[in-house]
Amino acid sequence: MKSSIKMLTRRRVLKGMLAGSAVTVGLPILDCMLNENGTAFADTGAPIPTRFMAYFWPLGFGEQDWVPKGAGSDYELPWQMAALQPFKKRMNLFSGSQVFLDGAGNQTHFTGVQGFMTGKVTTGDEYYNSADALIANTIGGRNRFRTVVCAYDADPTASWTAFASGKQLAEVSPGALYTRIFGPEFTDPNAATFVPDPETMVRRSVLSVVGDERARIDKRIGAADRRKLDYYFTALRSMEQKLDIELQKPAPLPACTKPDEAKDDGHALFLASDSMTRLDLFLSLITHAFACDQTRVANTVCNPQSPALRREGDPTTHHGYTHEEPIDQKLGYQVKCAWFQQLYFQHLYNFAAALDTVKEGDGNLLDHMILWAYTDHGAPRLHSVRNYPFITIGNGNGRIKTGMHLPTPGDATTRMTLTVQQAMGVPVSSWGTGSNHVTSPIAGVLA
Amino acid sequence: MKARYCGGVAGIAATASALAALMSLPSSVTAQTAATAADTELATSLRLTPSQYRQTIADIFDKSIKIDGRFEAEQRDQGLLAMGARTQNIGDSGLQSYDDIARVVASQVVDAQHRGTLIGCAPGSPSSRDDACARSFFARVGPALFRRPLEQDEVQAQVEAAGTAADRLHDFYSGIRLALTEMLISPEFLFRFKSMEPDPAHRGQERMNAYDKASELSYFLWNSTPDEQLLQAAKSGQLYTQAGLTQQVNRMLGSRRVADGIRALFSDMLGFSGFEAVSKDPSFFPRYTPTIKDEAQEQTLRTIVDHIVNRHGDYRDLFTTPHTFLTGHLATLYDVPLVDTTDNGQPQRWIAYTYPAGDPRAGILSEASFTTLWSPSGRTSPTVRGKALRQSILCEKVPPPPGNVSFKFVEDTSNPQFKTTRERLTAHRTEPMCAGCHKLTDPLGLALENFDSAGEYRTAENGVSIDASGELNGHQFDGPLGLAQAVHDDPAATGCVEQRAFEFETGYAPPLNDARWQAIQQKFAATHYDVLELLRAIALSDLSYSPPEPKVLAAASH
Repeated sequence: MKSSIKMLTRRRVLKGMLAGSAVTVGLPILDCMLNENGTAFADTGAPIPTRFMAYFWPLGFGEQDWVPKGAGSDYELPWQMAALQPFKKRMNLFSGSQVFLDGAGNQTHFTGVQGFMTGKVTTGDEYYNSADALIANTIGGRNRFRTVVCAYDADPTASWTAFASGKQLAEVSPGALYTRIFGPEFTDPNAATFVPDPETMVRRSVLSVVGDERARIDKRIGAADRRKLDYYFTALRSMEQKLDIELQKPAPLPACTKPDEAKDDGHALFLASDSMTRLDLFLSLITHAFACDQTRVANTVCNPQSPALRREGDPTTHHGYTHEEPIDQKLGYQVKCAWFQQLYFQHLYNFAAALDTVKEGDGNLLDHMILWAYTDHGAPRLHSVRNYPFITIGNGNGRIKTGMHLPTPGDATTRMTLTVQQAMGVPVSSWGTGSNHVTSPIAGVLA
Repeated sequence: MKARYCGGVAGIAATASALAALMSLPSSVTAQTAATAADTELATSLRLTPSQYRQTIADIFDKSIKIDGRFEAEQRDQGLLAMGARTQNIGDSGLQSYDDIARVVASQVVDAQHRGTLIGCAPGSPSSRDDACARSFFARVGPALFRRPLEQDEVQAQVEAAGTAADRLHDFYSGIRLALTEMLISPEFLFRFKSMEPDPAHRGQERMNAYDKASELSYFLWNSTPDEQLLQAAKSGQLYTQAGLTQQVNRMLGSRRVADGIRALFSDMLGFSGFEAVSKDPSFFPRYTPTIKDEAQEQTLRTIVDHIVNRHGDYRDLFTTPHTFLTGHLATLYDVPLVDTTDNGQPQRWIAYTYPAGDPRAGILSEASFTTLWSPSGRTSPTVRGKALRQSILCEKVPPPPGNVSFKFVEDTSNPQFKTTRERLTAHRTEPMCAGCHKLTDPLGLALENFDSAGEYRTAENGVSIDASGELNGHQFDGPLGLAQAVHDDPAATGCVEQRAFEFETGYAPPLNDARWQAIQQKFAATHYDVLELLRAIALSDLSYSPPEPKVLAAASH
């Protein structure tokens, strides 16, 4: 079989990009182009990759009561996220920033995330090139899966991940995700022998027939449809690339183990406890997928208005309570909403703790990633786009400093997403449009 | 060391296109230079929807071919999945889903159970290539999959792919399987195109390619791929003539398969894809089961098909008709007597049922499909039901809530002052900031408050009698029957189904001021709102086969 696999070097990348094209393309910083930080697998010497994980929790916290008084390292974790106390020195809490609407309406549960994820606030439902997708384009292109997006409430449209082609809809079934990643096409990097699958070799070859159809189709369609097909053929190349990867002997990864097979088929849910069980299943699969270098970017999401976010015996959803529950005059917050908030953070803690047990090189998986938690609203009772809480856990292979509360009252949330993009090596120096345009990361975070 | 790691694991060709693939950007210079035209032109190609995919595979191969696997979720655009089929691209995850399903389908086509009938010939040796047998298979299946005749070199490419694979894997059927998988993820199969070509009969004008026209008709009226007669009509040029087009449209509308098209149209219009995420807490609604969820949709679709296809009924009467179909499960949910002689252990039958006079149920809005789909899992939401009715039945837009709205006036459900949903929402609607939109939605939804979140009838909530009075565009009424009559009488209802039918066919909105569109509307009205006649008028109109107006582009695209 004729091999299309070539060694990827900086010279070859630049030459390939510039050959015969005046197209300006941002240069992704591949690990092979970065200076190493001395973090490498002891047995192979290969640098340990940096991963990015986005963890969505619905409906924020409260209005102002969650914002710590202190800044820098001198602060106390608010009670809503008390579960994260063991990670306080290895995390950051960001408060105070907002999405500027610039005259557009606030489409609740959408506009805020649209603003900081894509940098643009629009009156319609435009949603392309989210920050996590841009990170995936930068660091995820060499893996079987550029990114993994999972919805733990059975709603595939809850995804906040979007490429130039549009939203990547979420996987809703842990069972299907297991099969996709760890099914028959998974190659154990630690296996003693490696024999390329003959069928995969043939599939790779047969796919070229599809690629050859392009010219014939282009002759009979207009420019807009040709652009649509550009996305299709880009996806086809990704599929070819995935097969190429499966035909290569993977480097050994001592931390890689196959998870237990997930049985959950993604059926509809109606209780928060069930949703969290499914979330845990997804997070476990993602942890193994990171450790086995099947993907380097993931995002777990749910629809904030999901009927699945309810307590047993209670007909009202978390979302319903954000609207209807009065603030307890003595406690100063919505008590029933707080139950949900603490639940989401307990599971975030469980995830971080699990990552912390996966040894890689001299550290562990949590050290080699940025786990970024984000939400759809500042004050959920008001469904506002002000005073957003964001959290990072892990230092991303030493790329960010940790242990801080970073209040940026009145600043744009896009500075948060610019910061994580730069931390993950996305070649972007400014981010956002209109009042959400920023040109520098949050001060004092990047190492 | 770094270069080895990078090259070894990356395994990609470092070309500009590969790098673009890496970044998920359009790769070619063509795409960049064509951006201006692409920005001002409306894409007209449509992805095959999961529903169309299933029907197509069943028609080309066999109903016994199971479509196991999960399609990438469809996106609803301006109220219809059919509109989303035009605007939704196929990215990495989408193509992966199609590939997963294609492999499952192709495996079944060549398995021991099906190969004898579906391949149509036996190879000289099952362990090696047999180009003649492969060619006969692809020459037969190819046109059905791509919905046009295949060029010789296209058939040869498949034969060669299958032969090479058979040689390498030492299995003829594996070769067919892999080449068929490739055809099933081809853009020629996954997209329906609307290609225009010079019209020799009208110099300087364009016409839609006959094969693409055949596809559009077939998926519109049958929700599936064109049959041989329709492809033959395209080949002979018959579809280019009004007489030939009429002959084919009449044939298709006279076929029982039109029920498939009607089902697909109304499943989409009524938002039934949303049922995937519907669940009801059994501690509150023990009668609501997954079976009920499926049967509720089937009840409405049966009611619609019966009304439109069998009775040639007035579309407006769908909202008031007492005629429907029930199973024992649904009869229990609805608390109506149903005589069912089905033996124990057998699947429950569908039995025609007519609601007696005075029954609170009549028409499709009172059925569990509508009342349960548009309710949260624990309790009803008149706002959600009212919004759904405005958007999916009347094609009206309900604006999103204003930014940073205060909800301080909405009280807790346990507040003794507000026992019913109406009381809680009244507090909401008196707030000026919210009143504008809630006055549009709530009075419609409140009229359905007699149906709880699981579709069961009730007369009280928390011990207080339900007030199910409502209002639609100034027309006051009481209860679900009053609402049904108000929707029946509202001209927006017929306007909406006209619009949805056209959008379902083309993937874009009709030009409302175009005389051809107005002619379609007039024909629908003149036939007492017979939906089959609406479909006929649309299918016979030149408007359906013309490029969309640029004005529509501005409104329809992001």
